[in-house]
Amino acid sequence: MLDFFAVDSLLTSEQRAIRDTVREFVDAEVIPNIRTWWDQEEAPVSLKDKIGALGLFGANLPEKYGCAGIDNVSYGLINYEFERGDSGLRSFSSVQSALVMYPIYAYGSEEQRQQYLPELAAGRLLGCFGLTESDGGSDPGAMRTRARRDGDGWLLNGSKMWITNSPVADIAIVWAKDDEGVVRGFIVPTDTPGFSAPKIESKMSLRASITGEIVLQDCRVGAEALLPEAKGLKAPLGCLTQARYGISWGALGALEAVYISARDYAATRTTFGKPIAGRQLVQDKLVRMITDHSLGLLMSHQLGTLKDAKKMTFPQVSMAKRNNVRVALNGARAAREILGGNGITTEYPVIRHMLNLETVDTYEGTHDIHTMIIGREITGIGALE
Amino acid sequence: MRILVCVKQVPDPNTVIYQIDPQSKRLVRDGVANVLDPGAEVALEAALQLAENDGNSTVTVVTMGPEDAEDALRRALAMGADDGVLITDDGLAGSDTLSTAKALAATIKEVGFDLIFCATESTDGYSGMVPGMVAELLGIPHLSFIRSLEVANGVLTGQRVVALGYQTVECPLPLLVAIASGSHEPRYPALKGIMAAKRKKVEEYSLDDLGLAADSVGESGARERVLELRPVEERQAGVIVEDDGTGAAQIAALLRQRGII
Repeated sequence: MLDFFAVDSLLTSEQRAIRDTVREFVDAEVIPNIRTWWDQEEAPVSLKDKIGALGLFGANLPEKYGCAGIDNVSYGLINYEFERGDSGLRSFSSVQSALVMYPIYAYGSEEQRQQYLPELAAGRLLGCFGLTESDGGSDPGAMRTRARRDGDGWLLNGSKMWITNSPVADIAIVWAKDDEGVVRGFIVPTDTPGFSAPKIESKMSLRASITGEIVLQDCRVGAEALLPEAKGLKAPLGCLTQARYGISWGALGALEAVYISARDYAATRTTFGKPIAGRQLVQDKLVRMITDHSLGLLMSHQLGTLKDAKKMTFPQVSMAKRNNVRVALNGARAAREILGGNGITTEYPVIRHMLNLETVDTYEGTHDIHTMIIGREITGIGALE
Repeated sequence: MRILVCVKQVPDPNTVIYQIDPQSKRLVRDGVANVLDPGAEVALEAALQLAENDGNSTVTVVTMGPEDAEDALRRALAMGADDGVLITDDGLAGSDTLSTAKALAATIKEVGFDLIFCATESTDGYSGMVPGMVAELLGIPHLSFIRSLEVANGVLTGQRVVALGYQTVECPLPLLVAIASGSHEPRYPALKGIMAAKRKKVEEYSLDDLGLAADSVGESGARERVLELRPVEERQAGVIVEDDGTGAAQIAALLRQRGII
């Protein structure tokens, strides 16, 4: 792990062991294949059983639901290592863990937890999370998807956009407004009549991740589909806080990958008689990258410590997600520049990470939305309203 | 069946550039990242698979080393071993292969066993002598270079890697097998295994516990002396034959020159 400030010394031996396991897994199972997957738009669905067997899905949820029950710093380290491989892999896992398993755990009934969590943890079931709609992801309160009472069940109508994993998912967590205009959450099996999930084609980012729509046309679910404790927009936003926490770590994994690639390239690429790593302008870029990585890692580690102590606030999560993703994206662009022409082929990991990070900078709260969340926190005046 | 696996902590061969201390002519182990020997992981994997198939076996990992060699044992416990034994004593520092084998054999006698697994050789020293010595000191048979095995009715049947293929051998328990490198794909420690490992028992043995005299092991007991260590000579660049129509003839001439054809 790239670790200029010895964050490793802040970790417990279990946290190190978990990090090392995931790192070995990514080195062996992901890095050798990821270029092909990305080039051919192939999501890492084939890894679901192995990820499940290692206990990496929903790893910070309790053992009694078939999860590993690890702390949040360890959970962050998993995301770091996954995204060092590819943002698509981390997205695949983040959605399952933070956006499918977490809401079932946090807002579901005990019966729903027992039914779904062990299957999702093992990777025998895959899930997706349907909140965003095509008219604007940053304003989820304006959602048009509706859930109408239909006997003892519900009738769902509407559509969702930019849904990671939706074409391959077995269940979808769907958010819809009920007859009173209150946002409710539903566990919808994807083979329910009236449910479809067309794939979104021709993405130039997160190509090793499958993205789709969710279309609900008189999709009828029973009373057992409702997440009983999810009432209001606070519920899906609570899930996003979990996912954003993981992303704050993940982005630094991507930054490590592009930094190492750029540093190694600069050490061997010679112009005007010496390696370009010996040029001040190149050193400036590399130093910015490793400084940003060090600051980000210290922030995420502290965020994880606060999360374990149940003292983490959502504006802190916004700051970590906003900062770490943007510095990773800037680092990837700088790395791309250092690699010159080689920076535009997927033979090197840099352009792949750079294009992926364009999405990561936008999803789970855009950079600008997080700016306004933090702005409201420090001034007491909301710029969003 | 009680299965013991002898393992070793080594400087991480994937991240550490091995340095030799010119005075002691020993590998520099301080201040470097140490890991469970990848070769030992292969032997452990073979043992775990046997235990899982048998369903009525325990796997105990044994190592000799400084206190922090417990990290290597914890890794093995996270992979699925049931418990661990750490042989640690200042008097063991500087042990040669025979001293190491003496300490391992004395411990193994204390602990009890039906079957012992070792790697063929360690990834740092590569002497490959310890497994045979341990078997000799325990007075049990030693099967080397085993790539696959099964145990039925107290008899182990295994395939040995030999120069021209595989040799099928059998031997009644108790015995020691040295597992061929690369023969088994070690599992990743799952998160549950990592969490469970911290609760598993690791027993410590000192020289006193084993009844070994300090002058029979360690630096003072070592009879092996490393006289000289030299870096491997760099290979010369090969010859690139450009095919201008005479490529085959040029290659044939080179092969003839070397007496190959």
